[in-house]
Amino acid sequence: MDKKYGFYLCSGCGIGEALDLKKMAEDVLEEEGHSNIKFHDAFCSPAGVAVIQKDIDDGVNAICIAACSRRVLTDVFNFPGCLVDRVNLREQVVWAHPGLKPSGEKAEGEEAGEEIPHLQMMGEDYLRMGMKRLEKINLPEPYKLETLERRILVIGGGVTGMTAALDAAEAGYDVTIVEKEDKLGGWAANVRKQLPLSYPYQETVSPIVDEKIRAVQSHSKIEVKTGTVVARIAGQPGDFTVTFKKPGEEIEFDVPYPLPDEMKVDENGKELDNETLAEKFKEYNEGRRDILTLDPNGVKFGAVILAAGWRPYEPEEGEFAELGYGKTPDVVTNVQFEKMAATGPVIRPSDGKPAKSVVFVQSPGGGDDKDFPYASSVTSLVALKQAKYVREDYDDGKAYIIYQHMRTPGLTEKFYEAVQQDPGIFLTKGEVTGVSADDGQLSVDVDNTLLGEKIALSADLVVLATGMVPATKDEPVVNLAYRQGPAFRDIGLFGGYVDSNFICFPYETQRTGVYAAGAIRRSMTMEESMEDAAGAALKAIQCLDSVNRGVAVHPRSGDPTYPDFFFQRCTQCKRCTEECPFGAIDDDAKGTPKPNPTRCRRCGTCMGACPERIINFADYSIDSVGSMVKAIGVPSEDDYDEPPLRILVLVCENDAYPAIDMAGLNRLEYSADVRFVPVRCLGSVNVVWIKDALSIGIDGVLLLGCKHGDDYQCHFVKGSELASIRMQKIGDALSSLALEPERVAQKEIAIDEYHKLPQIINDFVAEVEELGPNPFKGF
Amino acid sequence: MTDTNATHAKGHILVVGGGISGLTTALEAAEAGYETTIVEKSPSLGGHVSQLKQYFPKLCPPTCGLEINYRRIKDNPRIHVLTMAKVGKVTGGPGNYEVEVTVSPRYVNEKCTCCGECEKAVTTEIDNEFNFNMNKVKAAYLPHEMAFPQRFVISPKIIGTEDAQKAKDACKYGAVDLDMQPEKKTLKVGAIVWATGWEPYDARKMDNLGFGQYDNIITNMMMERMAAPNGPTGGKIVKPSDGKEPKSIAFVQCAGSRDQNHLPYCSYICCMASLKQATYVREQYPDAQVYIFYIDIRAPGNRYEQFYSKIKADEKVTFVKGKVAEVSEDPSGEIVVVAENAVTGEKIRQNVDMVVLATGMQPTASIEKLPADLTFTEEGFIVNDYAKGGMFAAGCAAKPADVVSSNQNATGMALKAIQTLVKA
Repeated sequence: MDKKYGFYLCSGCGIGEALDLKKMAEDVLEEEGHSNIKFHDAFCSPAGVAVIQKDIDDGVNAICIAACSRRVLTDVFNFPGCLVDRVNLREQVVWAHPGLKPSGEKAEGEEAGEEIPHLQMMGEDYLRMGMKRLEKINLPEPYKLETLERRILVIGGGVTGMTAALDAAEAGYDVTIVEKEDKLGGWAANVRKQLPLSYPYQETVSPIVDEKIRAVQSHSKIEVKTGTVVARIAGQPGDFTVTFKKPGEEIEFDVPYPLPDEMKVDENGKELDNETLAEKFKEYNEGRRDILTLDPNGVKFGAVILAAGWRPYEPEEGEFAELGYGKTPDVVTNVQFEKMAATGPVIRPSDGKPAKSVVFVQSPGGGDDKDFPYASSVTSLVALKQAKYVREDYDDGKAYIIYQHMRTPGLTEKFYEAVQQDPGIFLTKGEVTGVSADDGQLSVDVDNTLLGEKIALSADLVVLATGMVPATKDEPVVNLAYRQGPAFRDIGLFGGYVDSNFICFPYETQRTGVYAAGAIRRSMTMEESMEDAAGAALKAIQCLDSVNRGVAVHPRSGDPTYPDFFFQRCTQCKRCTEECPFGAIDDDAKGTPKPNPTRCRRCGTCMGACPERIINFADYSIDSVGSMVKAIGVPSEDDYDEPPLRILVLVCENDAYPAIDMAGLNRLEYSADVRFVPVRCLGSVNVVWIKDALSIGIDGVLLLGCKHGDDYQCHFVKGSELASIRMQKIGDALSSLALEPERVAQKEIAIDEYHKLPQIINDFVAEVEELGPNPFKGF
Repeated sequence: MTDTNATHAKGHILVVGGGISGLTTALEAAEAGYETTIVEKSPSLGGHVSQLKQYFPKLCPPTCGLEINYRRIKDNPRIHVLTMAKVGKVTGGPGNYEVEVTVSPRYVNEKCTCCGECEKAVTTEIDNEFNFNMNKVKAAYLPHEMAFPQRFVISPKIIGTEDAQKAKDACKYGAVDLDMQPEKKTLKVGAIVWATGWEPYDARKMDNLGFGQYDNIITNMMMERMAAPNGPTGGKIVKPSDGKEPKSIAFVQCAGSRDQNHLPYCSYICCMASLKQATYVREQYPDAQVYIFYIDIRAPGNRYEQFYSKIKADEKVTFVKGKVAEVSEDPSGEIVVVAENAVTGEKIRQNVDMVVLATGMQPTASIEKLPADLTFTEEGFIVNDYAKGGMFAAGCAAKPADVVSSNQNATGMALKAIQTLVKA
């Protein structure tokens, strides 16, 4: 675009008192030949905005507002169609340095000897950085698919899947349900009664599954494929190509698996070249087409809802033997009990006699108060429900529930209360220490009960409250034809559940356009699963709407930029493919990346990873950030006898940048030697920026971002972790330049830890000071 | 190519309440292409989660997610926010509601730059409600530093006084408007999502637990503020009586919850919240002793059970199964917790420096009647009537829940609202 610049320097909120804005304009802007410079004591006021708007009406389209943080007054400084840069003079310069002398004020006495105008230098640096950035960025053009497919695929025909399908259909979308069994219904089809679904939460209800099946089958927008599974899902949101198959079938469009790490190296542990890797991959996936070969008979979908549900936990050989499991047929799991109850009265499997005395064991004991593996509030509630079956079947039936913690959270407590009213249902805390069988009769030993003593219960049947294992624990299910592999990533963190790591954003995972619902993401009651299904359906619809507009989904929702690759200079190193947290990039046999922009979340991790620096966004590029870095003035001994240090701080804009703003708002002061450059995510930091900084004499570089590890706070999952790996590697490069590796560091800061900011910064500045100035200074 | 046939159904979605559930419903609907308006009664969004130091089980700051949500609002022209606003009469039906909204005067208009000069100028101090009145703020104040919208408020308490005039005189930007009047608006919307949330149950109602009688008995929400870096003590957990560090703290679970005389349901979050708060204490005071008195530890599912296991492994944390009968102060100034150990049957008297009452969630709708044709449980939760449609409850307005479940639910309710528009 042809840029016509306007610079707007605001003197409000104390800026004018602390900085000589006229001088800044002369030294920075006019020096570079810019002349359209305006001053105002409140650009955010109607009169101030009018000044900017008038310029825009006269053709100005590249606007630099040097005033407050870009996080505030966004509605006021909203100029569609224009490039806008906000230079943060208020929070980062003036408010954060109340102890510095305002520009123009003369020091007295001995200090007057060599006066360094810290505040003014800082203001000028930030203005120069804003100016340079504006020169380098462009207005984004959204990425649009040639054709957008809106049909939604629902994997799993249980209550969750059917509910998701109905909810999407009711919002006007066409849906296909695939179910691996020959009929719809899932586990909900195998129950006698269901837990209460709504207020007053006191009574069990008859299964709703038949009603759901009827609704699905009669809905004109829903197609059902039973006895079918997904062989592969290729492509990207808005343009997925899905191959279906019969369960157990082996077909050429079964998804290929990435090579295991040990196969990627030769005998000496050296990484194999791309050609050999491609061959090995082919061998490893014999009979399966590569992910980039599209199935000509594949079916198009726009988004996917994963509702493949759960399977019962299967105790291993000998597991729970002390509880009699596997030793006598009269010790069963809750699922085995439910199956029996669904078809008739509850009986003893050993002899078919009525099971009139049933003990429900909630916790396997062994000195711990943990529930069974994969248990949850569902297993507590199910025991309550199943206890009622015993009472329904036999007037003289007795049910005992032995628990460590009765887990009936929220309003489900009402059901617990209702069950407690039944005089034939006995509930007590206790640790079951053993189950023995004698002459066909079971004896259950319980310790630490509420009755204060050890008791032995005589029982016909013992039911263990084993949990619900998500389908994704066993296999990928979604079978994504992605270079990074067919499964959801890192679900080991959640025990195999396809859950989100984000408390605030429960549908966000590492696979754009695929949304999990129901028991596959967490053990849930049917009520919760149905609500979850509606949420997942909304997210699928929202993803399609965003793809249609050519913008990103969460967390950069609405961002129209996307990574642009300059392929001529690509060296097929595959780093972008491997490091993208969202698996948005595939590569071909040669290793050339194939970006899938609608899978992309715009974090810029690929840009940070690329050693050839060929990946850029319209308004965020190697050059735009690099130019900001190079715009930092580095005083040398030619300027001052003791020139101040210059430290570059690359700041994650999601959490660290707001923390810096908060420090400013609280007038927390830190070293005036640092210069902040915001980045989309630390994962997007390219080491060339650090090299640029050090080569112009900047004394140290600090990366400031969020927490990584299992409880990561990175909005892009891997950014801060990848940055830390890259920073470890940069040490060698620095040593080769005879620079100390300590000049580059990464620190974590959470958004609410702004009070720690001064110390983090000052400590780093002190460390660099200790090392002495960068030897390249002045070259 | 953009599919321009994909026009969205006409109509507007109203979300009542700007806490985490309301924010979620509004944002998810807006990002699916629908116009939404949030009506929030407080001066800023975020509700109770903005008062929390950390979420369980990740121990991450809620402001992190709120910041992203506020950015989503800033970037999305389809979301409209009214703060200090209350919903009045609601008439009409699904697809076609008329809603009266009253916006209370903030006495600060949109010209506010957040420079803080008004705050410096006024001298009157008022109770800081955001911090449960544990400290004071100036009568011209920013609700808290992460407040969105980031705009000052002048307390009606000083309107008509010299102090108010001082605030006005101090403002260089003409942002203080002391003549501001309540403003009535009528919104025409197709669907309404009630995300009116909850209030901490008033601990004063439980005479036996000593809250309000003894300084060193606080509630779990007060603990959140105390532990938060931007709280009344700068994040330091101290005994309110003397500002000194507590050497022992007891958490009293089910303070009001699971009790027919108070809240006849489980409030869902308090067990996990106390386990989390135990980590706050242990981090600050490695030698402090923590006692947790409980009926059941409701830490269901893999992630919560893991978190509970981690706390259990801490030898400084003692779990006692037993309902607390009484909390009081002995003459030495120590707090005495009296409970019966449910397992051993023995009566326990535990002396501690400080007690945290794990008070539960009372639905806001039970405190302030909502002016619409809705069905409520006896406790004041809204019962969703999907067959009728049009109006839905999201998050803790419908049932007690943690943030994850509330947000799942709130996302689903965004779709229910959209379905109403599609069908209308």
